[in-house]
Parts: sequence; C-alpha cells; structure tokens
Amino acid sequence: MKKSFLFISCEEAQHICDKRQYGEATGWERVKLGLRLSWCRITRAYSNRNNKLSEIMQKSDVSCLKDDERSNMQKQFEEELAKHQ
Amino acid sequence: MAEHQINPNDWISEYSDYLFNYTISRVNDREMAQDLVSETFLAGLKSMSNFKGEASERTWLISILKRKIIDYYRKINSNKGKAEVRMTYNSDSEAEGDWLEERVADPFDKTAEDKLENSELGNAIHECLGKLPQKQADVFKMKTILGYDTETICNDLNITASNLWVIIHRARTALADCMEKNWF
Repeated sequence: MKKSFLFISCEEAQHICDKRQYGEATGWERVKLGLRLSWCRITRAYSNRNNKLSEIMQKSDVSCLKDDERSNMQKQFEEELAKHQ
Repeated sequence: MAEHQINPNDWISEYSDYLFNYTISRVNDREMAQDLVSETFLAGLKSMSNFKGEASERTWLISILKRKIIDYYRKINSNKGKAEVRMTYNSDSEAEGDWLEERVADPFDKTAEDKLENSELGNAIHECLGKLPQKQADVFKMKTILGYDTETICNDLNITASNLWVIIHRARTALADCMEKNWF
C-alpha cells in the first residue's frame, strides 16, 4: 500500500477535524484522520481542543440573531436614531 | 473625563447578539427577546444624557435590559392570582407521607443552576466572538450557532466552500484560545 494513499498532512487533518465537528467529514476522511490521530501529537492536541469547543458550544445553548432579524432591528433603530441626530 | 464614550451607531453590530443571548436565556421566547432588545436600544437612545461613562456601554445597556426583563415579568404576572404560589399535597399519591421534606428537590437536579451557568457561558462565547474579525464571527455564527448548511452560507456571503472552511478554522482556533483564557 502506498504511503500517500492514507497519509494526510497536519493541515488536511485539521481541516477534516473541523468538518467532523459539523458532521460533514466523509467516512473515508474520518479513517484518514483516525490514522493521523494515532501518531501525530499536534493533530491530537488540535482535535481535543476542537472537540472541547464543540462541547461547550452545545452545552451553552448560545443564541444569536438571524440576519433578517438583525436587519429589522437595525432599520427600526436607525429610524429612531435619525430623530435624535 | 469619562472613561467610556457612547456611540449608538455601533450598538446593533456590537451588542445586539450579546443582549439577545442574555435575554433569550431569561424569557425563552425568540420574538419577545427581540422586542426587549429593541426596546432596550430605544430606551438607551432616549436616556443617552444619563450615560456618565463610568461603566462600558454594554454594561449600561445590560442594566437597562435587566429592567425591561423585570417589567416584562411584572406585566405577565400582573393579574391577581397569577403570582400566587400554589401547592398540592397529593394526598392521594402512593408516597407514604405528605411531608414537605419528602418533596424537596433532588440536590442533583441542578437545572436552574445549569441554566444560569450556561447563560454565563453563552455570554463568554459572545465576548470572545466580539474579538474576532467581523467576517469570521459572522461565518462562525451562521455555521455553528444558527446551524445553516455550507451551501447556504456560501451563497449568502458569496464565498467558496474552501474559503468557508478556512474562515471556520481560523475562527475556531481564535475562539478556543479566547475561551481557554476566559472560561476553561
């Protein structure tokens, strides 16, 4: 088996790791990432930190405004702001 | 001279998400949370002359928002009887006694505390997001918080998928750094 067949760079491993946080890494990508994780300390550290970030994002149940909601708010606010300037 | 200056032109871009997250964790209603945040900004505009600059704009806006939230709860509980505490002793239940001690909440059920901690965690996330470049923060919010799919974000922001993943990577790295300093 050729080395390049399974070998991925650290950058590629981090990219797959990012995609995995959103369930967008393919099965084959996950295999390649798993292999890299087994021997690369840097990828492992990145992966741990990335997983931890995903965990806290999920735990926090954090919210933000959608684009249209923010635009409506902005519009309403600007009308009022114009009266004050 | 005042330590902090007031600049309402930047309020929506700088503080709307922070205030919205603060509100929704307390009122649990998306539309109501938006209304309360809007009202807060408008009230802030009207009382700009009261801003002394001792606290940051955000702290000042949060203090207005807190009063808005209290007013909201006062309003929904204003009808007589709604605020009464009602307690049922459930004498027909199979439990052996009706003692209140038997009905004390499970100490391991920390739902309210968890919620408070999660709300603080949400605020810490927004503080860190506020330190990211605008585009990184926008892409991260759309992808991670709002859960939009890659294609939608790429179309909305006119970027390629590989561009999106580079932005996500940078945002996640910076956010993890910031959260490590402030929360972990």
